[in-house]
Amino acid sequence: MEFFKIKRDIPFMRYGRVTTTISLVTFILAILALSFKGLNLGLDFTGGIQIEVRYDQPANLETVRKILEDQKLTEFSVQNIGSVKNVLIRLPMKPEINNARLSEMVLAKLKEQDAGVVLRSVEFVGPQVGQELFESGGLALMLVVAGIMAYLAVRFEWRFALAAIIANMHDIVIILGMFAFFQWEFTLPVLAGVLAILGYSVNESVVVFDRVRENFHLMRNTSVPDMIDNAITATMSRTVITHFMTQLMVLAMFFFGGEALHNFALALTIGIVFGIYSSVLVASPILLWLGVSRQDLMVKKESVEIDNLP
Amino acid sequence: MQNHYPLWKNILILAVFFVSAIYALPNLYGNDPSVQVSPQHSEKLDLEQANKIESAIKAAGAAVKAFEYKDDRVLARFNNTDDQIKVADLLRDQMGGNYTVALNLAPATPAWLDALGAKAMYLGLDLRGGVHFLMEVDMDAAVKQAEDRYNDDVRQALREAKIRYQAVSKEGVRIKVKLNSADDRAAAAGLLARDFPGLDITDTEAQDEILLAMSEKEVREIKKNAVGQNITTLRNRVNELGVAEPVIQQQGENRIVVQLPGVQDTARAKEILGTTATLEYRLVDTEHDVQNAVEGHVPAGSRLYYEKNGNPILLDRRIIVTGDQIVDASSGMDQDGRPAVFITLNGAGASKMGKVTQDNVGKPMAVVFIEYKVDTKVVDGQKVRTKQKVEKVISVATIQGVFSKRFQTTGLDGAGEARNLALLLRAGSLAAPVDIVEERTVGPSLGQENIAKGINSNVYGFLTITLFMIVYYRLFGVFSVVALGVNVLLLVAVLSLLQATLTLPGMAGIALTVGMAIDANVLINERIREELRIGMTPHAAIYAGYERAFATILDSNITTLIAGIALFMLGSGPIRGFALVLCIGILTSMFSAVLVSRALVNGVYGWRRKLDKLAI
Repeated sequence: MEFFKIKRDIPFMRYGRVTTTISLVTFILAILALSFKGLNLGLDFTGGIQIEVRYDQPANLETVRKILEDQKLTEFSVQNIGSVKNVLIRLPMKPEINNARLSEMVLAKLKEQDAGVVLRSVEFVGPQVGQELFESGGLALMLVVAGIMAYLAVRFEWRFALAAIIANMHDIVIILGMFAFFQWEFTLPVLAGVLAILGYSVNESVVVFDRVRENFHLMRNTSVPDMIDNAITATMSRTVITHFMTQLMVLAMFFFGGEALHNFALALTIGIVFGIYSSVLVASPILLWLGVSRQDLMVKKESVEIDNLP
Repeated sequence: MQNHYPLWKNILILAVFFVSAIYALPNLYGNDPSVQVSPQHSEKLDLEQANKIESAIKAAGAAVKAFEYKDDRVLARFNNTDDQIKVADLLRDQMGGNYTVALNLAPATPAWLDALGAKAMYLGLDLRGGVHFLMEVDMDAAVKQAEDRYNDDVRQALREAKIRYQAVSKEGVRIKVKLNSADDRAAAAGLLARDFPGLDITDTEAQDEILLAMSEKEVREIKKNAVGQNITTLRNRVNELGVAEPVIQQQGENRIVVQLPGVQDTARAKEILGTTATLEYRLVDTEHDVQNAVEGHVPAGSRLYYEKNGNPILLDRRIIVTGDQIVDASSGMDQDGRPAVFITLNGAGASKMGKVTQDNVGKPMAVVFIEYKVDTKVVDGQKVRTKQKVEKVISVATIQGVFSKRFQTTGLDGAGEARNLALLLRAGSLAAPVDIVEERTVGPSLGQENIAKGINSNVYGFLTITLFMIVYYRLFGVFSVVALGVNVLLLVAVLSLLQATLTLPGMAGIALTVGMAIDANVLINERIREELRIGMTPHAAIYAGYERAFATILDSNITTLIAGIALFMLGSGPIRGFALVLCIGILTSMFSAVLVSRALVNGVYGWRRKLDKLAI
């Protein structure tokens, strides 16, 4: 079975202007969403209290709200999570209450009203801890970008590194923009997903670039844009199939992984979809504009170790 | 022979496969809910005791799956948590205070695997249930306490050296000593310099004053000790609680992570870990008028306190003994049936108590219960912590006779309070107040569900991938899937060998790794197809396909590895687990995608001289 029996190279580079314009528009939209709506940061980053309880019959959310109001609590949210029996209560940091004790008080009050209530989880994160997490997340992001750029610059050449990382950042910004636009909750696992995408999405660009390099060696009399077209077309099937596979796994997480992995899988999905697009239609045009030429790669000999491997 | 692996390579691959199968195996057995009994302090748990425990369990009618006695501790495995909890409660009542009875999830790995050193992965809190606390040690309070201590010690030293002083008082971070004359000042300065190396002494304009301040080194030392001592105390308290496999670690400069797997009663855990309750024994000042003191004229040698009922009472400034000098405490009832704490003092405390009671028979002595309550408030986005030292006089009793080492304290609010106080006194007091800055509690049922979710994600994902690969790449798809299976096996084996902690994000990491690992095989298969398309012979196509794809696989994996390493370095807790799985998964997939699938291809096609077609 084969889906991609492409006889002629698809002239991707001819549409370079169009595709990059589309990218630029989505990119700007994402930035706008981020700046106007902002990320709906989860408890991990903002600090606060989150209590999940389970009733043995469908929970009455109004009763729960009433109990919380009786405790003089404000700005809380009460919702079902996963099923009608599970209730998620969120409380912001209270200035005048000892937060570490608040969860116990709430649980005790809920038990008074219905003895069948079971605690499933409590998360309490102090505001300072949240702030630190946010900072270390940002630091991790920069570290990954720097590391990948350095590696690609050594392995290929600085133009490749720059093109790949721009395409990659474009993916990341779009994921963040989507999360901002739809106000999906941005939690610690989502951040992990974003960073994983950062490493994973570079793959595509690398696979295409590898092919470009190979073509520089083989297709002596072809223009650079044609060469890039050929590289993209040749790797097309691999790109799509691979992503499709990863996406199957991510979908399994999305459907079976429960609440905790839901947004993580969502972030990965967006990353995968845009990863295909950007590696092909963003990274390569940028490479072209940066003025890559045969000489850039001819200087470097292929490293010897690669040839001796299986 | 292009597509032929030498014998050693095939053997190596097989060996890796078998070894990883063995080390991945323990994870299939799961854990038994168990009860663990271990002796405290200097107690022994001998065979006779162990037999007693065994018969007690049998008498309770719980079905014991296995009963083990070794290294001075007993482990009883059960089939379900109901039996486990029932037995634990029973043993807690029977064994008294000299043994720790803890709930435990003991790995059910068979003995032969255990002998090989094969152990199951350790399950994280989100998979087994339990509590995680991140505590912050209040350094300012630790330093302030040290200042107060110095203040008293300086006064004491001057008094013992018979140097007369007018006042010793705190001025901000410094202690001001006002003496009677310049001569006294010289004598005092000499004495203080000799006895208090941790204090820097500065003279002031005034002829009869000395200013003292703690040196930088001393402050650093105090902070370091505060964290260290708090960790020790927390460890003691956790042991008292009876928690199996607790984690208590320092994190950063002033934070402590405490993880208690399997703990159900989080409220009590929090109470025990977080309180800085201690006791002080002081004589009651019977010479001065309390009413005067309430109006603001507190005599110099005394302090004003309030009893539980709100009555004011004057106590002597000097402390007879503090909670630190208590070596053992147990709770129970006194002869009138009131909740009491029975206390044993160390040598220094006992001799002091003996001396004081001897000199003061017939006079009242008070017990002060001290607790630091921390409230965190957020004012204008700034975190402001208000700390209240709540001091209550819990009992005032007339000294009937001389006692020193052992005595009892009553006046507590019930058996529960007595039990907690005894525990706290036994475990020692915290050197400085702690603040819980992060708490994550996972109920046991949620843990079970999370395991199921993680496994389901992996299984269903793997099945769909298998289906697609075999349909799309036929025989080569089968090779790829087998390689992928070996990859998962290898990954689990490595994680088990490293004794990594498996979390839900870690399981997501395994799923993601599987999704990414298939990339290598897709690259290879596509490449082989391409080579066939341009008219290569099948053998040459296989050879070229693997050869050419390898450089690409290496490149694309290294970038993901970079991301994984960054996550591992900067991540915390569960995210770290995810990153670890990602990194190891990339390494194992390089091995399996290239070597394992190649070995299979060679095994099937390599020996055929004439090869017309490939099933791809």
